[in-house]
Amino acid sequence: MANGRELRVIGRAGWGRTLGAAIVSLLYFFPVLYIILTAFKTRQDALAMPIKFIFEPTLHNFYSVFVRAAIVAADGANSTGFGLYFFNSLFIGGTSVLLALVIGTSAAYGFSRFPLRGTDTYLFIILTTRMLPPIIAIIPIFVLFRVFGLSGTYTGIIALYTAFNLPFSVWMVKSFVDDLDRDIEDAARMDGSSEWRVFRKIILPQIRAGLAATFVFAIILTWNEFLFALLLTGTETRTVPVQIARTLGGQVGVDWGLLSAIETLFIIPVVLVTFMLQNQLLRGVTFGTIRK
Amino acid sequence: MTSAGTAEPTMKSHTAEPRRAVGFLAWLMSPERRGPLLVTPAILTLVLVNIFPLMWSFGLSFFQYKANRAAAPVFRGLYNYVSVLTDPEIWARFQNTAVIVIGSVTLQLVVGFLLALLFAQEFPLRRYLLMLVLSPMMLSLSAVGVFFKLFYDPTLGFISRFISMFTQDTFVILSTPVKATIAVVVADAWMWSPFVMLLVLAGLVSVPKYLYEAAEIDRVSRWRRFTTITFPYIKSLLMLALLFRTIETFKLFDIIYLLTEGGPGSSTETVSVYVFRLAFQFFQTSQAAALGYIMLFAVIVLTSLYLRAIQTRKAEP
Repeated sequence: MANGRELRVIGRAGWGRTLGAAIVSLLYFFPVLYIILTAFKTRQDALAMPIKFIFEPTLHNFYSVFVRAAIVAADGANSTGFGLYFFNSLFIGGTSVLLALVIGTSAAYGFSRFPLRGTDTYLFIILTTRMLPPIIAIIPIFVLFRVFGLSGTYTGIIALYTAFNLPFSVWMVKSFVDDLDRDIEDAARMDGSSEWRVFRKIILPQIRAGLAATFVFAIILTWNEFLFALLLTGTETRTVPVQIARTLGGQVGVDWGLLSAIETLFIIPVVLVTFMLQNQLLRGVTFGTIRK
Repeated sequence: MTSAGTAEPTMKSHTAEPRRAVGFLAWLMSPERRGPLLVTPAILTLVLVNIFPLMWSFGLSFFQYKANRAAAPVFRGLYNYVSVLTDPEIWARFQNTAVIVIGSVTLQLVVGFLLALLFAQEFPLRRYLLMLVLSPMMLSLSAVGVFFKLFYDPTLGFISRFISMFTQDTFVILSTPVKATIAVVVADAWMWSPFVMLLVLAGLVSVPKYLYEAAEIDRVSRWRRFTTITFPYIKSLLMLALLFRTIETFKLFDIIYLLTEGGPGSSTETVSVYVFRLAFQFFQTSQAAALGYIMLFAVIVLTSLYLRAIQTRKAEP
């Protein structure tokens, strides 16, 4: 239990266990490592067999991601365009997650502190909208977006992603609000604090870390989303995963170095953040339904 | 329902205050409407962006409609459902899905469980090694699809190379349905077994220490200690992992779409991928909607089972 900062343990073991775990970990990590190494390799090194672990690293692929004029161009343009797709991913992801977080926090606080009749039913329906196969939701949305002229626009995809992230935000934030000790806020209410003051001065500071965790997990989910983006973004609003998938279908050989560089740019911050949020991980991957 | 109980006194203390302002705003801001007011934006967003389209497509599933034609929908009653449920093609897709779900979820549970046992004890560098194991989960499904295509590539892929070292034969995943299915299952299980590990770890550490100490004194065998002490504590979490992963794997789209495209033939085409094809390649919009609703029903059942399992776990000591 110690300080709750790390995942807890049920006993101690020595370096022998470390050795065993290291072998298993490396087995698990190998494909990811392979991607990261490929990102730093030249085209020849990347395709060399057997796999080269020692090579002269190059930043060429990272340079290509943003600046290059070259190979991918299945549609005639001579830039990879990834600058734009990175911007799209960040802009669409960031905006929709922020919106979802604000709306979601409000709902989570409401459900937690001022339960309505049928709160459980609402929460069930909210979770179901997250659990349902995206392919079901996409059919009507695809048709309706065309009718309202929303397909290929930022507004459309941001609205969709806001709704996509909302159930996650509600459940996650609610799990944090539910964990709080109520005595302090009740005391403040007794002393005549307004509800807004209670929320801003007492609730908010306590769930700040939780909100940060929710934000990060939601960003990861949104950044990784593929199906909605595939069908609802246009040339101007395309996101990174869609572009990656498109390069697979190109006429010229797939530039694995470039794809690896893109993936690496994303993996490194995610792994760092996950490392810091280790104690929130379980909650994050189960949409806030399981805390410990 | 402890939350309802504790919220009660505060509500009362507020209603007791004299109301000065009148009119709509005062009515809206009154304490009884605080809950509804806070949750309305969320409900509204979901209704507009999620639930309304779903209703619309539910209606659509009773009509004949093609999204790429201008023709107005024609009412066909249950025709789409009947044609979907009697179509052997679709049963074959359900069968593929079942094979992949059962294979992958079983593998995830077994491997995840073993990983949890490995990481349940403190040892040097544990925190860092744990991060390495969790790294697959941080990739995206589409990235896993894309990169496993490279790893399984007959000439460039290290997995194919590794396998052909033993078989003396080039490994081509799309050569047989069995190989393709195993390839998909391995990619998915690799990505998600750390998820099961996280859940089982949570269960393992929730076992009170004194139970183990008592068992120590009574010289209970390791196996008995596991079946009588450890297992009851992780049972509910294993159940949650099973349900959660079943729901998620049932929806599996990205990996298959990118890795095998459903092939060879249609042997790895899951219901999700088939609905996608129906809707966006054959433009059988209303049939796809009907099939989608059959999937939705399955997911609703699984989700409610999942929430029930969570309630059961909360009720446990």
